[in-house]
Amino acid sequence: MTAPTSSSSRPAGTGTGTGTAASVRRAPTVSLYDEPGPRTRRAIRLWSVVVVLALAGLVAAGLVQFGSRGQLDADRWTPFLSWPIWQYLLVGLWGTIQAAALVAVLGGALGLLLALGRLSPRRPLRWLSTAYIEVARTVPVLLLIYLMLFGLPQLGLDLPLIWKLVVPLTVANSAAFAEIVRAGILGLSRGQREAGLSLGLSSAQTTRLVVLPQALRFVTPSLVTQLVSLVKDTSLGYIVAFTELLYRGQVLSSFNHLLIQTFLVVTLVYLVFNGALSTLAARLRARPSRRSPRRAAAPVPAPASAPALD
Amino acid sequence: MDFFVDSAGPLLTALGTTIVMALVAGVGALVLGTLVAAARISPVPVLRGAAWAYTQFFVNVPLLALLILAVFALPDAGLIMPLAPTTVLVLALYEAAYVAEAVRSGVNTVGNGQIEASRALGLTLGQTLRLVVLPQSLRAAVQPIGNVMIALTMNTALAAAVGVVELTSAVNKLNLVQAQPILIFTAAGLVYMARALVIGLGAGRLERKAAIVR
Repeated sequence: MTAPTSSSSRPAGTGTGTGTAASVRRAPTVSLYDEPGPRTRRAIRLWSVVVVLALAGLVAAGLVQFGSRGQLDADRWTPFLSWPIWQYLLVGLWGTIQAAALVAVLGGALGLLLALGRLSPRRPLRWLSTAYIEVARTVPVLLLIYLMLFGLPQLGLDLPLIWKLVVPLTVANSAAFAEIVRAGILGLSRGQREAGLSLGLSSAQTTRLVVLPQALRFVTPSLVTQLVSLVKDTSLGYIVAFTELLYRGQVLSSFNHLLIQTFLVVTLVYLVFNGALSTLAARLRARPSRRSPRRAAAPVPAPASAPALD
Repeated sequence: MDFFVDSAGPLLTALGTTIVMALVAGVGALVLGTLVAAARISPVPVLRGAAWAYTQFFVNVPLLALLILAVFALPDAGLIMPLAPTTVLVLALYEAAYVAEAVRSGVNTVGNGQIEASRALGLTLGQTLRLVVLPQSLRAAVQPIGNVMIALTMNTALAAAVGVVELTSAVNKLNLVQAQPILIFTAAGLVYMARALVIGLGAGRLERKAAIVR
């Protein structure tokens, strides 16, 4: 790697600094196995039956357990077929989306600047950005939220509720975004920058017109994956009592006392919403990227919380 | 600053709790995650599908929602375990999905020739996986797995939200008495950073030993 600061001794190295470790060679789909013969096919069928039986047994045991406590009774589930309940939860989802959008925009912009800072030839800027990134990505978000909740009022700053969630999440996610963008820039062939400079573009122009457009396109799937992680982080609104999905579910369950049902529905909503984003990321990853020339074995940008995959 | 000394006992206990939680959940996540990754590349379609569903579920649902579900809701269905083991179990299940993804990214680095060679040697599917593919995948996935472990360490803090007295919740209590939020939370943050640093350095060292130079 040619990264100025990357080395495997970096505390929380992403896949960036380590070409051998995390580089996913997008080889032509490696088939682990031969075309199965009759014996293997029989074995596979046998194992399929065993697995299906085991899974069915697990589900059945769960259902029996739920049923024995009356958790499967129709009247415990029918409320979730009514519009007002969904309306109530969707207001929460809207809060989740608002917070996530704010964090994505602010964290993305800050992350971009941090990535450029970390790759800057100016030493103080590089050190500052590196220090910020390494701190922000190794401190739990919950701790940042507590600091925000209790620390800032003491300094005479009292922000509106949504910012008590958005600011700590922006701090944490900007570091993650920065690492992704940095991985994208490092993954770009050096010739691109050299070509830009030799055309007479200034360094800033080269970054803006040549490097960043390609780097960002290259890491788009990872950025979307980070978006999923960010949406999950907004569930911490539960702590600051900001009206997002999980907090809404909590309030709802304290009214209807249907704890299991409410939280299962909330979980399902997260699953569908984030599942859509994850699918988008997977699609983007699978898309052949003709237009972004890069090194043969480009480093895979893997955010700390979400290892990147195809 | 004196209050740190005065309450050293509870703080150290809480730190111990956090570390034990991270260790147990970490080992659990490693084992389970490797199994899930193996299932993910197995020749049995049902197993592959189940492993895919498993990772999709845990990668897309917030940990806090799962913790609340397990700690506050599931007891209604008679599924009760002590608080700390419940959170450790949820943490292990959750991070196992990420470990599985990391291991699977390692699988992709195992060369075609390796698999063809093991076939030529007459190894069975299970043997190929167990003796050739997984060992190399794990070695290639050291750094990504290290990142998952750092995330796990940070995620133990969420146990505070469901009432486990670990580091974050202990310093929060301390702050409610002492009202020194900036000092107290910064100190706690330094502890978390130190742990992440240890894991990161450990992973780096392990990687230099384990990495397969190709």
